[in-house]
Amino acid sequence: MSAYAMAVAGSEPFLERAPLLLRDAFVQLLPAPTQWLVHHLITIVAILAVFGLFFAFTTIAERKLLGRLQNRRGPNRTGVPQFSILPWRFKHTLFGLSQPFADAVKALTKEDIVPAAADKLLHFLAPVLVVAFSLLTFAVLPFGRNLIPVELDSALLYFFAAGSATELTIFMAGWASRNKYSLLAAMRALAQVISYELPLMLSVVPVVLVAGSLSTREIALAQGGWTFGIIPHWNVFTPWGFAGFLLFLVAALAESNRSPFDLPEAESELVAGHLTEYSGFKYALFFMAEYFGLTALSGLGITIFLGGWQAPVPFLGFVPSYAWFMLKLVGMIGFFIWVRGTLLRLRIDQLTRLAWQFIVPLALINLLNAAFWSLTRDWTGALQLVRWVISAAIVVGPFVLLGRKLNAGRAPRTYRYATS
Amino acid sequence: MTLALILLSVLILGSAIVALSLRNLIHSALLLVACWAGIAAFYLWAGAEFVAFAQGLVYVGAISMVVLFAVLLTRQGTASEPLGFASWQRFILALVAGGGVAGILVGAVLGTPLTVTTPGPVPVLTVKQIGAQLMGPHVVALLVVGILLTVSLLGAVVLAAEENVKSPEDEV
Repeated sequence: MSAYAMAVAGSEPFLERAPLLLRDAFVQLLPAPTQWLVHHLITIVAILAVFGLFFAFTTIAERKLLGRLQNRRGPNRTGVPQFSILPWRFKHTLFGLSQPFADAVKALTKEDIVPAAADKLLHFLAPVLVVAFSLLTFAVLPFGRNLIPVELDSALLYFFAAGSATELTIFMAGWASRNKYSLLAAMRALAQVISYELPLMLSVVPVVLVAGSLSTREIALAQGGWTFGIIPHWNVFTPWGFAGFLLFLVAALAESNRSPFDLPEAESELVAGHLTEYSGFKYALFFMAEYFGLTALSGLGITIFLGGWQAPVPFLGFVPSYAWFMLKLVGMIGFFIWVRGTLLRLRIDQLTRLAWQFIVPLALINLLNAAFWSLTRDWTGALQLVRWVISAAIVVGPFVLLGRKLNAGRAPRTYRYATS
Repeated sequence: MTLALILLSVLILGSAIVALSLRNLIHSALLLVACWAGIAAFYLWAGAEFVAFAQGLVYVGAISMVVLFAVLLTRQGTASEPLGFASWQRFILALVAGGGVAGILVGAVLGTPLTVTTPGPVPVLTVKQIGAQLMGPHVVALLVVGILLTVSLLGAVVLAAEENVKSPEDEV
Protein backbone atom coordinates (compact mmCIF):
# COMPACT_ATOMS: atom_id res chain seq x y z
CA MET A 1 0.00 0.00 0.00
CA SER A 2 1.58 3.25 -1.07
CA ALA A 3 1.79 6.33 1.08
CA TYR A 4 -0.68 7.98 -1.22
CA ALA A 5 -3.29 5.24 -0.81
CA MET A 6 -2.85 5.36 2.93
CA ALA A 7 -3.32 9.11 2.88
CA VAL A 8 -6.61 8.91 1.02
CA ALA A 9 -7.90 6.08 3.16
CA GLY A 10 -6.55 7.53 6.40
CA SER A 11 -7.97 10.25 8.52
CA GLU A 12 -5.51 13.02 7.71
CA PRO A 13 -6.70 16.62 7.66
CA PHE A 14 -8.25 17.81 4.43
CA LEU A 15 -5.53 20.33 3.64
CA GLU A 16 -2.90 17.58 3.84
CA ARG A 17 -4.73 15.55 1.20
CA ALA A 18 -5.96 18.46 -0.92
CA PRO A 19 -3.23 18.41 -3.63
CA LEU A 20 -3.65 14.68 -4.17
CA LEU A 21 -7.45 14.89 -4.25
CA LEU A 22 -7.24 17.71 -6.78
CA ARG A 23 -4.92 15.67 -8.97
CA ASP A 24 -7.12 12.58 -8.77
CA ALA A 25 -10.26 14.54 -9.54
CA PHE A 26 -8.59 15.79 -12.70
CA VAL A 27 -7.18 12.39 -13.68
CA GLN A 28 -10.61 10.76 -13.29
CA LEU A 29 -12.00 13.05 -16.00
CA LEU A 30 -9.75 11.51 -18.64
CA PRO A 31 -10.08 8.16 -20.45
CA ALA A 32 -8.54 5.24 -18.57
CA PRO A 33 -5.59 4.42 -20.87
CA THR A 34 -4.08 7.89 -20.51
CA GLN A 35 -4.59 8.16 -16.76
CA TRP A 36 -1.19 6.86 -15.66
CA LEU A 37 0.56 9.25 -18.04
CA VAL A 38 -1.47 12.28 -16.96
CA HIS A 39 -0.93 11.27 -13.34
CA HIS A 40 2.83 11.69 -13.78
CA LEU A 41 2.56 14.69 -16.10
CA ILE A 42 0.62 16.60 -13.45
CA THR A 43 3.43 15.96 -10.97
CA ILE A 44 5.99 17.27 -13.46
CA VAL A 45 3.92 20.31 -14.34
CA ALA A 46 3.35 21.05 -10.65
CA ILE A 47 7.11 20.99 -9.96
CA LEU A 48 7.83 23.15 -13.00
CA ALA A 49 5.14 25.68 -12.10
CA VAL A 50 5.86 25.90 -8.38
CA PHE A 51 9.64 26.01 -8.65
CA GLY A 52 9.60 28.12 -11.79
CA LEU A 53 7.65 30.75 -9.90
CA PHE A 54 9.81 30.18 -6.85
CA PHE A 55 12.86 30.86 -9.01
CA ALA A 56 11.29 34.05 -10.36
CA PHE A 57 10.56 35.37 -6.90
CA THR A 58 13.95 34.24 -5.59
CA THR A 59 15.62 36.53 -8.10
CA ILE A 60 13.51 39.53 -7.06
CA ALA A 61 13.97 38.68 -3.37
CA GLU A 62 17.71 38.45 -3.91
CA ARG A 63 17.88 41.79 -5.69
CA LYS A 64 15.71 43.54 -3.13
CA LEU A 65 17.44 42.01 -0.11
CA LEU A 66 20.90 42.68 -1.51
CA GLY A 67 19.76 46.21 -2.17
CA ARG A 68 18.69 46.64 1.44
CA LEU A 69 21.94 45.08 2.68
CA GLN A 70 23.84 47.61 0.58
CA ASN A 71 21.71 50.52 1.74
CA ARG A 72 19.77 51.00 -1.48
CA ARG A 73 16.22 50.14 -2.45
CA GLY A 74 16.57 47.51 -5.14
CA PRO A 75 14.16 47.20 -8.07
CA ASN A 76 10.83 48.79 -7.13
CA ARG A 77 9.48 50.37 -10.33
CA THR A 78 8.13 47.52 -12.43
CA GLY A 79 4.37 47.50 -12.18
CA VAL A 80 1.60 46.23 -14.40
CA PRO A 81 2.25 46.89 -18.10
CA GLN A 82 -0.21 49.14 -19.85
CA PHE A 83 -2.45 47.21 -22.22
CA SER A 84 -3.51 49.54 -25.01
CA ILE A 85 -6.93 47.90 -25.38
CA LEU A 86 -7.85 48.77 -21.82
CA PRO A 87 -9.34 52.23 -21.25
CA TRP A 88 -7.78 52.65 -17.77
CA ARG A 89 -4.38 52.05 -16.30
CA PHE A 90 -3.47 50.29 -13.07
CA LYS A 91 -1.10 52.80 -11.49
CA HIS A 92 0.40 50.95 -8.53
CA THR A 93 3.92 49.57 -9.08
CA LEU A 94 3.29 46.49 -6.88
CA PHE A 95 6.60 47.13 -5.07
CA GLY A 96 8.40 46.04 -8.24
CA LEU A 97 7.26 42.46 -7.77
CA SER A 98 6.65 41.95 -11.47
CA GLN A 99 10.34 42.56 -12.18
CA PRO A 100 11.19 38.86 -12.85
CA PHE A 101 8.60 38.72 -15.65
CA ALA A 102 10.05 41.82 -17.24
CA ASP A 103 13.50 40.20 -16.89
CA ALA A 104 12.21 37.06 -18.59
CA VAL A 105 10.85 39.04 -21.53
CA LYS A 106 14.12 40.90 -21.78
CA ALA A 107 16.17 37.69 -21.76
CA LEU A 108 13.91 36.11 -24.38
CA THR A 109 14.10 39.01 -26.77
CA LYS A 110 17.83 39.60 -26.51
CA GLU A 111 20.09 38.66 -29.38
CA ASP A 112 21.54 35.19 -29.08
CA ILE A 113 25.18 35.36 -30.10
CA VAL A 114 27.04 32.16 -30.92
CA PRO A 115 30.78 32.52 -31.64
CA ALA A 116 31.68 31.68 -35.22
CA ALA A 117 34.21 29.05 -34.17
CA ALA A 118 31.99 27.52 -31.49
CA ASP A 119 30.89 23.94 -31.47
CA LYS A 120 27.30 24.83 -32.30
CA LEU A 121 25.64 21.66 -31.06
CA LEU A 122 27.42 21.48 -27.70
CA HIS A 123 27.09 25.23 -27.25
CA PHE A 124 23.34 24.79 -27.60
CA LEU A 125 23.11 21.59 -25.56
CA ALA A 126 24.97 22.86 -22.48
CA PRO A 127 22.28 25.27 -21.18
CA VAL A 128 19.51 22.80 -22.04
CA LEU A 129 21.18 19.94 -20.18
CA VAL A 130 22.12 22.02 -17.16
CA VAL A 131 18.48 22.97 -16.58
CA ALA A 132 17.36 19.39 -17.20
CA PHE A 133 19.84 17.90 -14.73
CA SER A 134 19.13 20.44 -12.05
CA LEU A 135 15.38 19.82 -12.39
CA LEU A 136 15.92 16.06 -12.08
CA THR A 137 17.02 16.47 -8.48
CA PHE A 138 13.58 17.72 -7.42
CA ALA A 139 12.12 14.29 -8.14
CA VAL A 140 13.08 12.73 -4.82
CA LEU A 141 12.46 15.61 -2.39
CA PRO A 142 9.54 15.05 -0.01
CA PHE A 143 7.69 18.37 -0.22
CA GLY A 144 5.03 17.22 2.20
CA ARG A 145 3.75 14.22 4.08
CA ASN A 146 2.25 12.77 0.91
CA LEU A 147 3.92 14.95 -1.70
CA ILE A 148 6.94 13.12 -2.99
CA PRO A 149 7.18 12.91 -6.78
CA VAL A 150 9.11 9.63 -6.92
CA GLU A 151 9.57 7.36 -3.96
CA LEU A 152 12.95 5.69 -4.31
CA ASP A 153 14.71 3.38 -1.92
CA SER A 154 18.07 4.94 -2.78
CA ALA A 155 16.82 8.51 -3.21
CA LEU A 156 19.95 10.22 -1.88
CA LEU A 157 22.14 8.34 -4.33
CA TYR A 158 19.82 9.44 -7.13
CA PHE A 159 19.99 13.04 -5.94
CA PHE A 160 23.77 13.13 -6.08
CA ALA A 161 23.93 11.21 -9.35
CA ALA A 162 21.64 13.75 -11.00
CA GLY A 163 23.42 16.65 -9.34
CA SER A 164 26.92 15.57 -10.34
CA ALA A 165 25.87 15.40 -13.98
CA THR A 166 25.81 19.21 -14.06
CA GLU A 167 29.63 19.14 -14.02
CA LEU A 168 29.49 17.81 -17.55
CA THR A 169 27.53 20.83 -18.68
CA ILE A 170 30.09 23.22 -17.17
CA PHE A 171 32.73 21.49 -19.24
CA MET A 172 30.54 21.52 -22.34
CA ALA A 173 29.85 25.24 -21.95
CA GLY A 174 33.52 26.08 -21.53
CA TRP A 175 34.81 23.84 -24.28
CA ALA A 176 32.11 24.50 -26.87
CA SER A 177 32.70 28.26 -26.69
CA ARG A 178 36.14 27.83 -28.33
CA ASN A 179 37.45 30.57 -26.14
CA LYS A 180 40.60 29.79 -24.18
CA TYR A 181 39.47 31.91 -21.25
CA SER A 182 36.14 30.14 -21.14
CA LEU A 183 37.89 26.78 -21.13
CA LEU A 184 40.28 27.82 -18.36
CA ALA A 185 37.38 29.17 -16.34
CA ALA A 186 35.49 25.93 -16.87
CA MET A 187 38.46 23.98 -15.51
CA ARG A 188 38.54 26.26 -12.48
CA ALA A 189 34.82 25.83 -11.95
CA LEU A 190 35.16 22.07 -12.26
CA ALA A 191 38.03 22.02 -9.77
CA GLN A 192 35.79 23.83 -7.31
CA VAL A 193 32.69 21.73 -7.88
CA ILE A 194 34.61 18.44 -7.73
CA SER A 195 36.46 19.54 -4.58
CA TYR A 196 33.24 20.32 -2.78
CA GLU A 197 31.27 17.32 -3.96
CA LEU A 198 33.17 15.09 -1.54
CA PRO A 199 32.43 17.16 1.61
CA LEU A 200 28.83 17.57 0.46
CA MET A 201 28.34 13.82 0.32
CA LEU A 202 30.38 13.20 3.46
CA SER A 203 28.22 15.66 5.40
CA VAL A 204 25.11 13.73 4.35
CA VAL A 205 26.46 10.25 5.15
CA PRO A 206 26.11 10.61 8.98
CA VAL A 207 22.37 11.13 8.55
CA VAL A 208 22.17 7.97 6.43
CA LEU A 209 24.12 6.13 9.11
CA VAL A 210 21.81 7.20 11.94
CA ALA A 211 18.53 6.96 10.02
CA GLY A 212 19.59 3.66 8.46
CA SER A 213 18.08 4.56 5.11
CA LEU A 214 18.88 6.30 1.86
CA SER A 215 15.23 7.16 1.28
CA THR A 216 14.43 10.84 1.75
CA ARG A 217 10.95 9.95 2.92
CA GLU A 218 12.25 7.67 5.67
CA ILE A 219 14.80 10.27 6.77
CA ALA A 220 12.12 12.98 7.02
CA LEU A 221 9.79 10.61 8.89
CA ALA A 222 12.53 9.60 11.33
CA GLN A 223 12.79 13.20 12.52
CA GLY A 224 9.22 13.34 13.83
CA GLY A 225 8.40 13.76 17.51
CA TRP A 226 9.44 16.12 20.27
CA THR A 227 11.48 15.91 23.47
CA PHE A 228 9.65 17.44 26.45
CA GLY A 229 6.95 18.32 23.91
CA ILE A 230 8.92 21.31 22.63
CA ILE A 231 12.34 20.34 21.19
CA PRO A 232 11.84 18.67 17.81
CA HIS A 233 13.83 15.52 16.96
CA TRP A 234 15.47 17.20 14.00
CA ASN A 235 18.96 16.08 13.15
CA VAL A 236 20.26 19.62 13.46
CA PHE A 237 19.54 19.53 17.21
CA THR A 238 22.15 16.85 17.83
CA PRO A 239 25.91 17.60 18.04
CA TRP A 240 26.79 15.59 14.94
CA GLY A 241 23.75 16.92 13.09
CA PHE A 242 24.63 20.51 13.91
CA ALA A 243 28.21 20.04 12.70
CA GLY A 244 26.95 18.17 9.65
CA PHE A 245 24.49 20.93 8.84
CA LEU A 246 27.20 23.59 8.97
CA LEU A 247 29.48 21.50 6.76
CA PHE A 248 26.56 20.89 4.42
CA LEU A 249 25.82 24.62 4.21
CA VAL A 250 29.41 25.46 3.25
CA ALA A 251 29.58 22.65 0.70
CA ALA A 252 26.16 23.56 -0.72
CA LEU A 253 27.23 27.19 -1.14
CA ALA A 254 30.32 26.07 -3.03
CA GLU A 255 28.46 23.48 -5.11
CA SER A 256 25.95 26.04 -6.32
CA ASN A 257 28.64 28.67 -7.00
CA ARG A 258 27.17 31.13 -4.56
CA SER A 259 29.08 33.89 -2.87
CA PRO A 260 31.55 33.62 -1.08
CA PHE A 261 32.43 30.77 -3.45
CA ASP A 262 31.35 32.45 -6.69
CA LEU A 263 34.79 32.26 -8.28
CA PRO A 264 33.62 30.42 -11.39
CA GLU A 265 31.66 33.47 -12.45
CA ALA A 266 33.33 36.35 -10.64
CA GLU A 267 31.46 38.91 -12.73
CA SER A 268 33.81 41.72 -11.86
CA GLU A 269 37.05 39.93 -12.81
CA LEU A 270 36.36 37.01 -15.10
CA VAL A 271 33.30 38.31 -16.97
CA ALA A 272 31.25 35.26 -15.95
CA GLY A 273 33.99 32.70 -16.60
CA HIS A 274 32.80 29.75 -18.63
CA LEU A 275 29.63 31.64 -19.54
CA THR A 276 31.47 34.48 -21.28
CA GLU A 277 30.29 33.45 -24.73
CA TYR A 278 26.67 32.97 -23.72
CA SER A 279 24.06 35.64 -24.16
CA GLY A 280 20.35 36.17 -24.06
CA PHE A 281 18.14 33.32 -23.03
CA LYS A 282 20.92 30.72 -22.87
CA TYR A 283 22.67 32.82 -20.24
CA ALA A 284 19.40 33.11 -18.35
CA LEU A 285 19.03 29.32 -18.50
CA PHE A 286 22.37 28.88 -16.74
CA PHE A 287 21.22 31.18 -13.99
CA MET A 288 17.92 29.38 -13.79
CA ALA A 289 19.78 26.10 -13.35
CA GLU A 290 21.97 27.66 -10.68
CA TYR A 291 18.94 28.76 -8.69
CA PHE A 292 17.23 25.40 -9.22
CA GLY A 293 20.36 23.71 -7.93
CA LEU A 294 20.45 25.98 -4.90
CA THR A 295 16.76 25.36 -4.22
CA ALA A 296 17.18 21.61 -4.56
CA LEU A 297 20.20 21.58 -2.25
CA SER A 298 18.29 23.70 0.27
CA GLY A 299 15.41 21.24 0.01
CA LEU A 300 17.82 18.38 0.63
CA GLY A 301 19.31 20.20 3.63
CA ILE A 302 15.82 20.75 5.01
CA THR A 303 14.90 17.12 4.47
CA ILE A 304 17.93 15.61 6.11
CA PHE A 305 18.78 18.14 8.83
CA LEU A 306 15.83 20.46 9.46
CA GLY A 307 13.13 17.85 9.90
CA GLY A 308 11.78 17.95 6.35
CA TRP A 309 8.11 18.83 6.31
CA GLN A 310 7.68 18.35 10.08
CA ALA A 311 6.22 21.18 12.11
CA PRO A 312 8.62 22.73 14.65
CA VAL A 313 6.18 22.65 17.57
CA PRO A 314 3.29 20.22 18.16
CA PHE A 315 0.49 22.78 18.44
CA LEU A 316 1.28 24.10 14.95
CA GLY A 317 0.65 20.66 13.46
CA PHE A 318 -2.58 21.85 11.84
CA VAL A 319 -0.58 23.82 9.26
CA PRO A 320 -0.16 21.51 6.24
CA SER A 321 3.23 19.87 5.88
CA TYR A 322 4.01 21.33 2.45
CA ALA A 323 3.56 24.83 3.91
CA TRP A 324 6.23 24.03 6.49
CA PHE A 325 8.55 22.78 3.78
CA MET A 326 8.11 25.92 1.71
CA LEU A 327 8.56 28.14 4.77
CA LYS A 328 11.82 26.43 5.62
CA LEU A 329 12.87 26.69 1.99
CA VAL A 330 12.22 30.45 2.01
CA GLY A 331 14.24 30.67 5.22
CA MET A 332 17.18 28.80 3.70
CA ILE A 333 17.16 30.90 0.54
CA GLY A 334 16.96 34.04 2.66
CA PHE A 335 19.97 32.84 4.61
CA PHE A 336 21.93 32.24 1.40
CA ILE A 337 21.09 35.74 0.17
CA TRP A 338 22.19 37.17 3.50
CA VAL A 339 25.49 35.29 3.21
CA ARG A 340 25.97 36.67 -0.28
CA GLY A 341 25.42 40.19 0.95
CA THR A 342 27.84 39.74 3.86
CA LEU A 343 30.89 37.66 2.96
CA LEU A 344 33.72 38.41 0.57
CA ARG A 345 34.82 36.14 -2.23
CA LEU A 346 37.62 33.66 -1.54
CA ARG A 347 40.76 33.18 -3.62
CA ILE A 348 40.98 29.86 -5.49
CA ASP A 349 43.81 28.49 -3.34
CA GLN A 350 41.95 29.43 -0.17
CA LEU A 351 38.89 27.70 -1.56
CA THR A 352 40.56 24.37 -2.30
CA ARG A 353 42.59 24.50 0.92
CA LEU A 354 39.42 25.01 2.91
CA ALA A 355 37.84 21.99 1.24
CA TRP A 356 40.69 19.48 1.46
CA GLN A 357 42.42 20.50 4.68
CA PHE A 358 39.51 21.58 6.83
CA ILE A 359 36.08 20.44 5.70
CA VAL A 360 36.89 16.93 4.49
CA PRO A 361 38.71 15.92 7.73
CA LEU A 362 35.95 17.44 9.85
CA ALA A 363 33.30 15.64 7.82
CA LEU A 364 35.14 12.33 8.29
CA ILE A 365 35.37 12.94 12.05
CA ASN A 366 31.68 13.80 12.04
CA LEU A 367 31.00 10.42 10.46
CA LEU A 368 32.72 8.75 13.43
CA ASN A 369 30.65 10.96 15.71
CA ALA A 370 27.44 9.76 14.10
CA ALA A 371 28.64 6.16 14.45
CA PHE A 372 29.18 6.80 18.17
CA TRP A 373 25.72 8.37 18.38
CA SER A 374 23.99 5.41 16.79
CA LEU A 375 25.96 2.91 18.90
CA THR A 376 24.90 4.63 22.13
CA ARG A 377 21.26 4.78 21.14
CA ASP A 378 20.02 3.00 24.28
CA TRP A 379 21.91 5.08 26.84
CA THR A 380 19.44 6.69 29.21
CA GLY A 381 19.37 8.97 32.24
CA ALA A 382 22.77 10.34 33.23
CA LEU A 383 24.40 8.35 30.42
CA GLN A 384 22.35 10.42 27.97
CA LEU A 385 24.14 13.51 29.27
CA VAL A 386 27.51 11.75 28.88
CA ARG A 387 26.54 10.87 25.33
CA TRP A 388 25.81 14.50 24.52
CA VAL A 389 29.04 15.73 26.12
CA ILE A 390 31.21 13.20 24.30
CA SER A 391 29.51 13.89 20.99
CA ALA A 392 29.85 17.65 21.43
CA ALA A 393 33.51 17.20 22.35
CA ILE A 394 34.08 15.24 19.12
CA VAL A 395 32.65 18.21 17.24
CA VAL A 396 34.34 21.09 19.05
CA GLY A 397 37.76 19.52 19.74
CA PRO A 398 38.85 18.78 16.15
CA PHE A 399 37.34 22.05 14.97
CA VAL A 400 39.44 24.13 17.36
CA LEU A 401 42.61 22.05 16.98
CA LEU A 402 42.49 21.86 13.19
CA GLY A 403 41.54 25.50 12.87
CA ARG A 404 44.48 26.58 15.05
CA LYS A 405 46.91 24.33 13.24
CA LEU A 406 45.88 25.60 9.82
CA ASN A 407 45.86 29.19 10.95
CA ALA A 408 49.33 28.96 12.50
CA GLY A 409 51.64 31.36 10.70
CA ARG A 410 48.81 32.80 8.61
CA ALA A 411 46.78 34.88 10.98
CA PRO A 412 46.73 37.63 12.00
CA ARG A 413 47.65 38.80 8.56
CA THR A 414 50.12 41.68 8.38
CA TYR A 415 49.48 44.40 5.89
CA ARG A 416 52.31 46.48 4.53
CA TYR A 417 51.40 49.80 3.05
CA ALA A 418 53.57 51.97 0.89
CA THR A 419 54.99 54.82 2.91
CA SER A 420 56.16 58.05 1.41
CA MET B 1 9.05 -3.24 -21.60
CA THR B 2 10.62 -4.78 -24.70
CA LEU B 3 10.25 -1.51 -26.58
CA ALA B 4 12.12 0.28 -23.80
CA LEU B 5 14.87 -2.32 -23.98
CA ILE B 6 15.20 -1.87 -27.74
CA LEU B 7 15.39 1.91 -27.37
CA LEU B 8 18.01 1.58 -24.65
CA SER B 9 20.08 -0.82 -26.74
CA VAL B 10 19.94 1.55 -29.68
CA LEU B 11 21.09 4.38 -27.41
CA ILE B 12 23.92 2.39 -25.84
CA LEU B 13 25.21 0.70 -28.98
CA GLY B 14 24.56 3.69 -31.23
CA SER B 15 26.44 6.13 -29.02
CA ALA B 16 29.30 3.66 -28.61
CA ILE B 17 29.59 3.08 -32.37
CA VAL B 18 29.42 6.79 -33.20
CA ALA B 19 31.96 7.50 -30.43
CA LEU B 20 34.38 5.09 -32.08
CA SER B 21 33.93 6.56 -35.52
CA LEU B 22 34.30 10.25 -34.63
CA ARG B 23 37.58 12.09 -35.13
CA ASN B 24 36.92 14.68 -32.43
CA LEU B 25 38.05 13.19 -29.12
CA ILE B 26 35.85 15.44 -26.97
CA HIS B 27 32.77 14.46 -28.94
CA SER B 28 33.75 10.81 -28.55
CA ALA B 29 34.18 11.25 -24.80
CA LEU B 30 30.79 12.95 -24.45
CA LEU B 31 29.14 10.20 -26.47
CA LEU B 32 30.83 7.69 -24.21
CA VAL B 33 29.14 9.48 -21.29
CA ALA B 34 25.81 9.11 -23.10
CA CYS B 35 26.60 5.41 -23.48
CA TRP B 36 27.27 5.11 -19.73
CA ALA B 37 24.04 6.94 -18.96
CA GLY B 38 22.27 4.45 -21.22
CA ILE B 39 23.82 1.58 -19.26
CA ALA B 40 22.58 3.20 -16.04
CA ALA B 41 19.10 3.38 -17.59
CA PHE B 42 19.43 -0.28 -18.53
CA TYR B 43 20.14 -1.21 -14.91
CA LEU B 44 17.09 0.80 -13.94
CA TRP B 45 15.09 -1.12 -16.54
CA ALA B 46 16.36 -4.37 -15.07
CA GLY B 47 15.21 -3.32 -11.59
CA ALA B 48 18.69 -2.77 -10.11
CA GLU B 49 17.96 0.69 -8.74
CA PHE B 50 21.03 0.97 -6.53
CA VAL B 51 23.45 -0.18 -9.23
CA ALA B 52 21.85 2.21 -11.71
CA PHE B 53 22.34 5.28 -9.51
CA ALA B 54 25.82 4.16 -8.53
CA GLN B 55 26.62 3.85 -12.23
CA GLY B 56 25.23 7.34 -12.80
CA LEU B 57 27.17 8.83 -9.90
CA VAL B 58 30.48 7.12 -10.64
CA TYR B 59 30.56 7.00 -14.43
CA VAL B 60 28.49 9.98 -15.57
CA GLY B 61 29.62 12.18 -12.68
CA ALA B 62 33.22 11.22 -11.97
CA ILE B 63 34.86 9.01 -14.59
CA SER B 64 33.56 11.25 -17.39
CA MET B 65 35.54 14.08 -15.78
CA VAL B 66 38.68 11.93 -15.62
CA VAL B 67 38.31 11.07 -19.31
CA LEU B 68 37.67 14.67 -20.38
CA PHE B 69 40.54 16.05 -18.31
CA ALA B 70 42.85 13.35 -19.64
CA VAL B 71 41.90 14.23 -23.21
CA LEU B 72 42.35 17.95 -22.65
CA LEU B 73 45.61 17.74 -20.73
CA THR B 74 47.33 15.28 -23.07
CA ARG B 75 46.16 16.59 -26.42
CA GLN B 76 49.08 17.77 -28.46
CA GLY B 77 48.59 19.78 -31.60
CA THR B 78 47.21 17.71 -34.43
CA ALA B 79 45.30 15.11 -32.48
CA SER B 80 42.35 15.37 -34.79
CA GLU B 81 44.34 14.01 -37.70
CA PRO B 82 44.15 10.27 -38.26
CA LEU B 83 47.14 8.41 -36.92
CA GLY B 84 49.31 6.75 -39.49
CA PHE B 85 50.33 3.15 -39.61
CA ALA B 86 53.40 2.85 -37.33
CA SER B 87 54.89 -0.62 -37.65
CA TRP B 88 53.97 -4.26 -38.12
CA GLN B 89 55.23 -5.07 -34.64
CA ARG B 90 52.81 -2.60 -33.11
CA PHE B 91 50.00 -3.90 -35.27
CA ILE B 92 50.56 -7.47 -34.12
CA LEU B 93 50.85 -6.45 -30.47
CA ALA B 94 47.60 -4.48 -30.70
CA LEU B 95 45.93 -7.45 -32.34
CA VAL B 96 47.18 -9.80 -29.60
CA ALA B 97 46.10 -7.47 -26.77
CA GLY B 98 42.69 -6.75 -28.25
CA GLY B 99 42.14 -10.39 -29.19
CA GLY B 100 43.13 -11.52 -25.72
CA VAL B 101 40.61 -9.23 -24.00
CA ALA B 102 37.91 -10.17 -26.51
CA GLY B 103 38.71 -13.87 -26.03
CA ILE B 104 38.45 -13.65 -22.26
CA LEU B 105 35.16 -11.75 -22.47
CA VAL B 106 33.62 -14.11 -25.02
CA GLY B 107 34.86 -17.11 -23.05
CA ALA B 108 33.33 -15.71 -19.87
CA VAL B 109 30.03 -15.02 -21.59
CA LEU B 110 29.86 -18.45 -23.24
CA GLY B 111 31.12 -20.26 -20.15
CA THR B 112 28.40 -18.84 -17.89
CA PRO B 113 25.51 -21.27 -17.65
CA LEU B 114 22.48 -19.43 -18.92
CA THR B 115 19.43 -21.07 -17.42
CA VAL B 116 16.32 -19.73 -19.01
CA THR B 117 13.49 -19.99 -16.53
CA THR B 118 10.02 -18.60 -16.48
CA PRO B 119 10.03 -15.26 -14.69
CA GLY B 120 9.17 -15.95 -11.07
CA PRO B 121 8.41 -13.40 -8.40
CA VAL B 122 11.13 -10.74 -8.53
CA PRO B 123 12.88 -10.49 -5.15
CA VAL B 124 12.53 -7.00 -3.73
CA LEU B 125 16.02 -5.96 -2.71
CA THR B 126 16.38 -2.94 -0.49
CA VAL B 127 19.52 -0.86 -0.21
CA LYS B 128 19.78 -2.05 3.38
CA GLN B 129 20.16 -5.67 2.24
CA ILE B 130 22.77 -4.69 -0.33
CA GLY B 131 24.66 -2.78 2.35
CA ALA B 132 24.50 -5.72 4.76
CA GLN B 133 25.81 -8.01 2.02
CA LEU B 134 28.66 -5.63 1.19
CA MET B 135 29.62 -5.16 4.83
CA GLY B 136 29.14 -8.83 5.75
CA PRO B 137 30.17 -11.60 3.35
CA HIS B 138 31.82 -9.31 0.77
CA VAL B 139 33.68 -7.02 3.13
CA VAL B 140 37.09 -8.24 1.91
CA ALA B 141 36.31 -7.25 -1.68
CA LEU B 142 35.07 -3.85 -0.47
CA LEU B 143 38.26 -3.28 1.52
CA VAL B 144 40.46 -4.34 -1.40
CA VAL B 145 38.67 -1.90 -3.70
CA GLY B 146 39.04 0.83 -1.08
CA ILE B 147 42.79 0.19 -0.70
CA LEU B 148 43.24 0.11 -4.47
CA LEU B 149 41.51 3.47 -4.87
CA THR B 150 43.48 4.99 -1.99
CA VAL B 151 46.75 3.80 -3.50
CA SER B 152 45.85 5.28 -6.88
CA LEU B 153 44.85 8.54 -5.21
CA LEU B 154 48.16 8.70 -3.35
CA GLY B 155 49.98 7.91 -6.58
CA ALA B 156 48.20 10.78 -8.30
CA VAL B 157 49.13 13.13 -5.45
CA VAL B 158 52.79 12.03 -5.61
CA LEU B 159 52.88 12.55 -9.37
CA ALA B 160 51.20 15.94 -9.16
CA ALA B 161 53.15 17.30 -6.16
CA GLU B 162 56.59 16.69 -7.63
CA GLU B 163 57.72 20.28 -7.84
CA ASN B 164 57.04 22.37 -4.79
CA VAL B 165 57.11 25.91 -6.08
CA LYS B 166 55.90 28.45 -3.59
CA SER B 167 54.17 31.50 -4.85
CA PRO B 168 55.69 34.76 -3.58
CA GLU B 169 52.34 35.64 -2.05
CA ASP B 170 52.56 32.78 0.44
CA GLU B 171 55.87 33.99 1.82
CA VAL B 172 54.40 37.11 3.35
